[in-house]
Amino acid sequence: MSTNSEIEERVPRRRTWRDVDLRAVAPFAALVLLLIIGALVNPNFIGLTNLANVATRSAFIAIIAVGATFVISSGDLDLSVGSMVAFVASLMILFMNSGAIADPSLMLVAAMVLAVVIGSACGLANGLITTVGRIEPFIATLGTMGIYRGLTTWLSQGGAITLNSPDLQAMYRPAYFGTVLGVPVPILVILLVTAIAAFVLYRTRYGRHVVAVGSSREVARYSGVAVDRVRTIAFVIQGLCVAVAVLLYVPRLGSTSATTGILWELQAITAVVVGGTALKGGAGRVWGTICGAFILELVGNIMLLSNFISEYLIGAIQGSIIIIAMLVQRSLTRKS
Amino acid sequence: MVTAGDGARVPVLAAERISKAFGEVQVLFSVELDVLPGEVHALVGENGAGKSTFIKILSGFEVPTSGRILLDGEPVSLPANSAAEALGIVMIHQEFNLAEHLTVTESLFLGREICRFGVLDRRAMRAETRRVLDMLGSHVDENALISSLAVADKQMVEIAKAISREARVIFMDEPTAVLSREETDVLFGQVRKLKAKGTSFVFVSHKLDEVMEISDRVTVLRDGQWIKTAPTSLLDGEAIAQLMVGRELSSLYPSKHEPNVDEQIVLSVRGLSTGYVRDVSFDLRKGEVLGFSGLIGSGRTELMEAIAGLRLRTAGDVEIRGNALPAHDFREATARGLAYMTKDRKGRGLLLDEGMTSNLTLQSIGQHVRHGYLDPSSEAKAMARAKRRFDIRVRDDRVRVGRMSGGNQQKLLLAKIMETEPQIVIIDEPTRGIDVGTKQQIYHFIAALAREGRSIIVVSSELPEVIGLCTRVAVMREGHLVGMLEGEEISEQMIMRYAAGLRRQTAG
Repeated sequence: MSTNSEIEERVPRRRTWRDVDLRAVAPFAALVLLLIIGALVNPNFIGLTNLANVATRSAFIAIIAVGATFVISSGDLDLSVGSMVAFVASLMILFMNSGAIADPSLMLVAAMVLAVVIGSACGLANGLITTVGRIEPFIATLGTMGIYRGLTTWLSQGGAITLNSPDLQAMYRPAYFGTVLGVPVPILVILLVTAIAAFVLYRTRYGRHVVAVGSSREVARYSGVAVDRVRTIAFVIQGLCVAVAVLLYVPRLGSTSATTGILWELQAITAVVVGGTALKGGAGRVWGTICGAFILELVGNIMLLSNFISEYLIGAIQGSIIIIAMLVQRSLTRKS
Repeated sequence: MVTAGDGARVPVLAAERISKAFGEVQVLFSVELDVLPGEVHALVGENGAGKSTFIKILSGFEVPTSGRILLDGEPVSLPANSAAEALGIVMIHQEFNLAEHLTVTESLFLGREICRFGVLDRRAMRAETRRVLDMLGSHVDENALISSLAVADKQMVEIAKAISREARVIFMDEPTAVLSREETDVLFGQVRKLKAKGTSFVFVSHKLDEVMEISDRVTVLRDGQWIKTAPTSLLDGEAIAQLMVGRELSSLYPSKHEPNVDEQIVLSVRGLSTGYVRDVSFDLRKGEVLGFSGLIGSGRTELMEAIAGLRLRTAGDVEIRGNALPAHDFREATARGLAYMTKDRKGRGLLLDEGMTSNLTLQSIGQHVRHGYLDPSSEAKAMARAKRRFDIRVRDDRVRVGRMSGGNQQKLLLAKIMETEPQIVIIDEPTRGIDVGTKQQIYHFIAALAREGRSIIVVSSELPEVIGLCTRVAVMREGHLVGMLEGEEISEQMIMRYAAGLRRQTAG
């Protein structure tokens, strides 16, 4: 018995150095590096207020990217999330403006439930088009991306949709601007969503099936996994995450427009890939995704605080990040 | 006669002591072959005897490890890939090499288009295509799209392609595998015509009746070794079958336990058909090891997948202990205690990028769910148990499955299947691509499972395996169950006769 545990102890310790999965560690190493660079650029950067601000602002992309981790892990892709944010937010505000329910708090709860239902339904539509319709997810969600965006433009008549009732606005504001024990609400929501997602992905039967389907659909099918159902549910989870992001987005400005959420799908995918999830499916990393979303926001923040790069270049920098992340991922795979 | 009168006839193409190894696996041992002008030379052997590799070497698609190739008596080194066509050596692959979206003419001239002033000369190419097709007596339209052609016509286009390149030696790897009897007759007619004009053919086939019909000489390979070359007229199908398999069984196999005749029937298949499989019926008893033999492409895997519910069946019933099993419902079959172990362990069996444990429990993950979430310690216990039971040896438990040896992968796959606690286990190619030591272990696992009262179906293309393991052997040919052998009847020669179409039981 004692010899047994001795061996078991000795072996893992020797492993840690050689066998650490570099791909899992890389995003966190990059985050630390960025923090150091940021501190060198501007001493204000490393302050708690600034970092909390950055984390709060990364909330939308982070939460959407958590959903994208499921879709990408199962071997699919969802390009429609940015449009979906605009669509769900528009319907939510329109519902609150309709005055269907007199009591403001009840109205707010109903609107939130509605957003969650619409988000899930949009995700379900994506999933069914992809699986039942047997259309490549890239094309299917490119189509729904146009549909959700077009419907939003139509609903807003090309302009903005603004929450009219000041009561509701005041009541809803703390959902984005409030703090609990000094921690901004959006950060708490990120942590909660990620923790739940990590639990689902790593500790449930469904999570195991997601990874199996993403690694090899054939193996999954020959192992009795209901491949189409697993893929569809991943899209629904993505829709749900979009809805949660909308719940935070609406109180921030109390308004949406036809241009809300443009290019967010690219940022979400970037966050997922930077976080170490393979774009070809399999191996999902939820915490890495959060790290990736945070890195994207940090880069923008550093550029803003430093004066040597124009902040108008932010898109180019984020584009470079995704390419560098892929190159790093590939070289790490080759080594291991 | 061939040898006597042939002093003057120099072989068009000859192989001298060709050996070939892939990595550490030797597949050809000093094989010899000579092809005379205007001769049809048949190359036969069991699955895995090395025929395909050998003709790939002779047509320049593979480079031999040692030995040399003579063209018209002169040593040559064949240029890589299809460049050997310039020397008049053309290979017609088992899978056609035709782009579906091109027309017949475009296919014929692919890569050597005729141009005039830098512009394609379509008229000249069409005329030439027509001429070649007419010569072959084929009615294929030179402007038709390849995708619109019947299989036999595609085969004809491939041959036209070979002729238009003025082929002197044409290699055909199982050209009739996809052809009907009538189409085969047409093809053979063309072969005879071309032969009369001096073109030589090397014809790889499993169909011994066709070998007898078309070939002048036969060369037999077995386990990568040259066994015999003889004029076809001196042989008959039986003799060739014997040459192909003649080998003894060793103590590789555990002793057999025949189930009692009155033992319960656990699986009953009645009149099952799929797209290819036709009207197959059989029973499986408790504790029985039933073999399924036949050539590659005889429909065994398709049949088994249809039974397991991985593939649609167009007709027929499957019953487990007298209860009908719904069609195309793999999970229901698993729940009822039927498991199917795929022969494609890398593509369909195991997640190569994942670790052993998540592979082991993938199919039986429900057993490890406690209050809605996975219990890693329960999974770890299952892994430890499986390692002991199936002797899976790895240095590091966290190794990615893709980096394990084939033998360990196969054991893991078997362990994964057994995690679902099946009473009926269908094992497709239990020992494909693994070393002999592991093979022996797997044979003993199979025998042990049967002794525990489970019923096993072993689908295998390796005859000794089926003979060594099984108490009954079903033989399939072209989607039909053509024979059910028992006891003394189970021999390599007998199975080969059924598999090659020389014998057939009338369905009982």
